[in-house]
Amino acid sequence: MDYILQQSLNALQLGSIYALIALGYTMVYGILTMINFAHGDLFMVGAFFCFIVATFLKLSFIPTLLISMIGVALLGVAIERVAYRPLRQAPRVSAVITALGVGILLESVMLVIFPYPQSVPTLLPNITWTIGGVTISLLQVIIICLSIGLMLLLDFIVRRTMVGMAMRAISWDKVIVPLMGVPLNLIISVTFALGTSLGAAAGVMYSQAFPVIDPYMGVLIGWKAFISAVVGGIGNIRGAMIGGFILGAVEIMVVAFFPSTYRDFVAFTLLLVLLIFRPYGILGQPRPQKV
Amino acid sequence: MLLQAKHVTHYFGGLCAVSDFNLEVQKGELIGIIGPNGAGKTTVFNLITGVYKATQGSIQFEGQELVGRKPNEITTLGIARTFQNIRLFKELSVLNNVRIAAYSQTNYNPLEALLHAGRFNSAEQKDIDTAMDLLAVFQMDNFADEASKNLPYGLQRRLEIARAMATKPKLLLLDEPAAGINPNEIVQLMEFIQWIRRQFDLTIILIEHQMRLVMNICERIKVLDFGATIAEGFPIEIQHNPKVMEAYLGEGGEL
Amino acid sequence: MTNQSATPHTWRDRISAGWEAIVSRRWLLTVLLVIGFALSFLIPRFGLINPYVQLVMMYVGINIILATSLNLVNGFMGEFSVGHAGFMAVGAYVSALLSMRVIPANLAAWLFPLSILAGGAAAALIGLIVAVPSFRTRGDYLAIVTLAFNMIVKSVIENIDAIGGPRGIPGIPKLTTMPWVFGCMVLAVWMMRNLVYSNFGRGVLSIREDEIASDLMSVNTRQVKLIGFMVSSFFAGVAGALFAHLLQFISPRVFDILKSTDILIMVYLGGIGSIAGSILGATIFTILLEVLRPLGYFRFVLMPLLLIFLMLYRPRGIMGLREFRWFIPGYELFASKVWREKREVSDAPAS
Repeated sequence: MDYILQQSLNALQLGSIYALIALGYTMVYGILTMINFAHGDLFMVGAFFCFIVATFLKLSFIPTLLISMIGVALLGVAIERVAYRPLRQAPRVSAVITALGVGILLESVMLVIFPYPQSVPTLLPNITWTIGGVTISLLQVIIICLSIGLMLLLDFIVRRTMVGMAMRAISWDKVIVPLMGVPLNLIISVTFALGTSLGAAAGVMYSQAFPVIDPYMGVLIGWKAFISAVVGGIGNIRGAMIGGFILGAVEIMVVAFFPSTYRDFVAFTLLLVLLIFRPYGILGQPRPQKV
Repeated sequence: MLLQAKHVTHYFGGLCAVSDFNLEVQKGELIGIIGPNGAGKTTVFNLITGVYKATQGSIQFEGQELVGRKPNEITTLGIARTFQNIRLFKELSVLNNVRIAAYSQTNYNPLEALLHAGRFNSAEQKDIDTAMDLLAVFQMDNFADEASKNLPYGLQRRLEIARAMATKPKLLLLDEPAAGINPNEIVQLMEFIQWIRRQFDLTIILIEHQMRLVMNICERIKVLDFGATIAEGFPIEIQHNPKVMEAYLGEGGEL
Repeated sequence: MTNQSATPHTWRDRISAGWEAIVSRRWLLTVLLVIGFALSFLIPRFGLINPYVQLVMMYVGINIILATSLNLVNGFMGEFSVGHAGFMAVGAYVSALLSMRVIPANLAAWLFPLSILAGGAAAALIGLIVAVPSFRTRGDYLAIVTLAFNMIVKSVIENIDAIGGPRGIPGIPKLTTMPWVFGCMVLAVWMMRNLVYSNFGRGVLSIREDEIASDLMSVNTRQVKLIGFMVSSFFAGVAGALFAHLLQFISPRVFDILKSTDILIMVYLGGIGSIAGSILGATIFTILLEVLRPLGYFRFVLMPLLLIFLMLYRPRGIMGLREFRWFIPGYELFASKVWREKREVSDAPAS
């Protein structure tokens, strides 16, 4: 029983990181119907920001987190401005391939700067509590609470503010809504800033939990987060959160009960099975095809 | 009886798009379906051609049940259609647009296609000739190698009909053939529709907003509003039907 | 100085006239193929080129097969498959195991075609499984299916100890030689070209253009998708088989998502919906990576930059939707012309 509880806690921790990254995918997809394949690598850049700030500026956790989030958000907005915006009218797949290129570019640039894996300094005191056989570390508490807090904040922004309303409107129609006075480019930039900063937050927390980082760390995690977004129903913000936690839970549970090498196999097979029964994800709705 | 729709009802989620739709079409008829926007006219076409599966009811074509069949099977049985907003294969040549519609008439297998061997060459040659002949009938053979997206609007409309004819239909469904055509060209269009009907020995159902066109060439008219049939009959009857006037113009209107 | 404005004009004219002369002589293609095939025997026999360049040339050939086969699904059919390396892995493992464990060592060289075919067939069979979800979903959801498929293949191989697990299979006999690569490449490209210019190929194109309209124009889209996916994965398997017997070592890591990304880049670099584009894309990509090797890690920066700039200024790739005239079958190229001549002949006696 304790074992299961302990694993559930781990699942929650992994799930929150997946969910945070998945949100970035789903937001960009929702507004531009484009898979931002560079997003996993922005997560990686977030981790490296954390490494740089913590190593060279020796700041504490909160400032490091904020600086990373702002830095990556700026990077995300710049990428959208330079690489994606000119392609908005082009065939959709060109933008996706460009995103793939941007992702590889980020990896390569990081590889040139940091050819070897780096070790991120620990920013949080190593405090653990043991409650009835279950061990909780301060880091886990922070990861879970901070992720959930950020998600609630995002959910609030999207559902309750003018910016969020504009985002939702643009995701439905990019021709009429700007005619109503909604600044299209600004809203898209805000979306990128929000999505990528969440990815960066995930990167910072991940690098605290698994302190050895390298330029390719974002590839597999990025793809998995993307899968979470799809499982939840891509374009759907709450779906992305649910998808992230589901994938986290599945992976941890597989590792808990089977050899750890089965993890990817089971996770992806489950994904395929789910997509057979719900081709548009858990909360996704097929948009009606007009004939 | 060529086509018989009985009690066809279709729901989108909770919304009833078509309710209790009945239609009997004899061979050689030209029938019009009219109604305000959102009345469910295109949905009827989508139900007949298998794009949507009717929630209830049956549609029979030459005695064969259509409900539950896939669109390509239905087209192969002999029902072709055009689209409200043109849906050509834009990047492909005019000739290829027509040849694609002859898909089910080819008799070679994938292996012969991979090796360009066996029945392939003769079949392909025959296909090209049939398609070019058809384009010639529509006076479009000079545009055969042009990408269809480069054609002017009128020719794109015509190509859509030519493409539909390449499937060798017995029944042709025209979805707003006059859309985007200026009023002066309506007479030409009416002649054109009459002409293909004779030329290919067709039965036609058409959806249209242009009253002049419908009233002039259709032998029978069916009026839909909010998915329900509110009137049907000869053009003259429809013109004086108070329900139709109400649906179109509000109460007290006149056509 | 004064002449300069006129010179580029005439130069361009001359080049385009020259190009036209090359392109309109279709028999040149046959001549080039014969020469190429002869060279593929002569080069290794007499050591005309140093072995490293030979190796790169063979990789170019394999990559051409990979890019063309992926283009069939991504460029011609308009789906977005991102797991091509998965099919390659199936082909590589099946053929490698066949040559090492089933076929006796003294016959392995003679039965190499059999093991290539088996690799292709196994991949095609798997391709069948991936094609089925494409009936219902497309676009991004199909991308996920192929992505998951790629990762599942990798994960399954890692978990089977009998085929080396994560350590892979070392010591595969080096059976892939230049004539094999050249022959397979020509056959693969030829067959895929044939498919594209057939009824099924037009079906493939119509799915890209408008799947619903295609269905309503009597195209059996399911059949077309099955054929498209199977042919594409078959040739990916063939490429995998050649690859395994060239590298002599395969492991699950070789066929991960990064490999799939490489193939994607070749396709979109060269241009979607174009066989010439895939040949060009694979060649440029492979050679550029080798030429830039002295730059070290910087070449990995240059490649994506190239891709991004290409996408920004030519979103459909170098050849996007255009075809090199040599690759279009003659009867197709001159279809309307031949028909017109025929009609004039048949009209003549009447008038």
